[in-house]
Amino acid sequence: MTQDTWNFIFIGLSFALYIGIAFRQRAGSTSEYYTAGGGVSPFANGMATAADWMSAATFISMAGSLAIGGYDGSRFLMGWTGGFVLLTVLMVPFLRKFGKATVPDFIGDRYYSKAARFVAVICAIFICLTYIMGQMRGVGLVFSQLFGIEIATGVIVGGAIVFFYAGLGGMKGITYTQVAQYCVMAFAYTIPAIFIAIALTNNFIPQFGFIGYYTSGEEVVPFLEKLNTINTDLGFSKYTDGSLSKIDMFCITAALMCGTAGLPHVIVRFFTVKNVKAVRTSACWTLTFIAVIYLTAPTIGAFSRVNLIENLNNKSYSDTPAWFQGFEETGQMAWVDKNGDGKIQYWGKGKSESGKSGLVFVGKPTFEKGAKGASGEKVVTNKVVTENPNELYFGNDVMVMANPYMGGLPKWAIALLMAGCIAAALSTAAGLLLVLSTSISHDLMKKIVKPDLSDKEEIKYARFASLGALLVAMWFGINPPSTFVAKTVAFAFGLAASSFFPTLLMGIFSRKMNKEGAIAGMISGIVFTMAYIIFFQFMGGTKDQYFLGISPEGIGFLGMIINFVVAFSVVQFTKAPPKEVTELIDNVRYPGGQETAAQDH
Amino acid sequence: MEKTKIAKGRYWKANLRCVGLLLVIWFVTSFGCGILFRDWLDESFPSVGSAPFGFWMAQQGSIVSFVLILLGYKFWMERIEAKLKQDEEETR
Repeated sequence: MTQDTWNFIFIGLSFALYIGIAFRQRAGSTSEYYTAGGGVSPFANGMATAADWMSAATFISMAGSLAIGGYDGSRFLMGWTGGFVLLTVLMVPFLRKFGKATVPDFIGDRYYSKAARFVAVICAIFICLTYIMGQMRGVGLVFSQLFGIEIATGVIVGGAIVFFYAGLGGMKGITYTQVAQYCVMAFAYTIPAIFIAIALTNNFIPQFGFIGYYTSGEEVVPFLEKLNTINTDLGFSKYTDGSLSKIDMFCITAALMCGTAGLPHVIVRFFTVKNVKAVRTSACWTLTFIAVIYLTAPTIGAFSRVNLIENLNNKSYSDTPAWFQGFEETGQMAWVDKNGDGKIQYWGKGKSESGKSGLVFVGKPTFEKGAKGASGEKVVTNKVVTENPNELYFGNDVMVMANPYMGGLPKWAIALLMAGCIAAALSTAAGLLLVLSTSISHDLMKKIVKPDLSDKEEIKYARFASLGALLVAMWFGINPPSTFVAKTVAFAFGLAASSFFPTLLMGIFSRKMNKEGAIAGMISGIVFTMAYIIFFQFMGGTKDQYFLGISPEGIGFLGMIINFVVAFSVVQFTKAPPKEVTELIDNVRYPGGQETAAQDH
Repeated sequence: MEKTKIAKGRYWKANLRCVGLLLVIWFVTSFGCGILFRDWLDESFPSVGSAPFGFWMAQQGSIVSFVLILLGYKFWMERIEAKLKQDEEETR
């Protein structure tokens, strides 16, 4: 059987499974649509949350970022898992006790104000939209890879599928699809890693191979030492050293952590279990499932870097493996023969004249139609950078996708990986879409604009809203504002860190915090963070203008501190919250009477 | 009534203590070992396999400790809650 046949079989089967589950478990009432009726087991919810939370960025780009950044990539590893600890010990048990369906619900009631609810809704919509763009892009990438179609067409196909089952199934439907998707993802991610670990390090546990010995070369050397040698020989900094400054690394990690703890689509997942005790059990399961993937990611990154360089560096174009030309076709890899020797050379920035950049050319590759270079490669129309000798361009996304080819894996393993990529993107997109649609139908329409909305109408609005949101997300997925998937997502985290996280935290742990403080804090936090990001992303701000050397990725941490400071200063001059609210806080803090399911509203 | 209030106050304090301690561990294993003191740890701590200690903490060790922290949280909170229940029953 050919690779295409295998791909069709695996992806076809997985789609049939997801849609079948969504159809069987489709939601009938608003409570089922928003929180699956509140009766999901902690174990199943743990798996679903893991799938929901592990996005296409994690699945496709993270290993790539790790491979390129080495130690620098640890910010994603620690940031996303560490945030989960914050989420569990500071947020979800209390929000679950509160027992309403959405995060803006809590903010609206706790801060006794429609304005606060409105700001929260806007934040939720904004965060989810930024985040979902990356997912749609991920789906598009995989489809284009698989079927040789344009990324744009891939985005549209993916969007249609997500809409079909998230819009139809609601929370109840997607919970069980996500369980299935987690299983697909876990196998798809770990199996290639095991194969490659055996090939490179003769150890079938990738995590041990990673800290073990490289055995497939002429002499046996510690694997990480081998990687460091490769890197320094080619003019990169040592794999275990990294190049980010400590303060930037600290801020980015902190922003990712606090952002994770403020992500509305992850928080609502915990509203689907029975009680506070189940929330804690479920969180343990979730992090365990997440750790399976996160402990494997750095090994995939490291292994694939060695493989990529061994496979391509100093090889003439005609000798390159077939997959290289496949990735060239989709614009994910490109080669410019700068020195005209017909061989591919991959050099780091240490080999350039300025010592600063290893760019092959400016921007993403665009090819001249039909033109072939001297060795038969596709000719790029980009402005070629001549200050450095590097000839090989590849996107971050390619690392995971090319990994099984480089490792010479069987065809079914490659097909499984593709199905896994799609599962990762679909599960997160579905979860986000749900929050987006509930934010609009429940928090905006029902609670603010039209309080007499019936249950049926509310679901109808939710379904319309998810369609609208999806169209916007697809547009951005086709025209992404940032260069790679992980980056767009990092911004969503920055925004979550500067708005939701501090506001929820103060709502639970401070009895003095009032509506004026919360609203002022939220607005100043998010405005500061957004302005900073927009300035550097769209208005051409440069690196040396960074405040304290903090990149836009890490600015959410500062935005959060601003939020706290503004909120607590405003509280000094304004009225204390009313008695009902302090009672609400006291009630949220204690686990008693916890057997009630999430309320119908 | 007064007694339940005291029991609840004690519960909240115990909860804060538990969360506080776990967050200290959380900070030390991630920001501490992985970022702030990693250079020092790389040099002066025994390496894990062939990986320098700080680097290993940043890429693997921190994640493992997070899982353990959550497990600790679950069991610790269950004990605190059992205590609260006992206190409440005594006042009844």
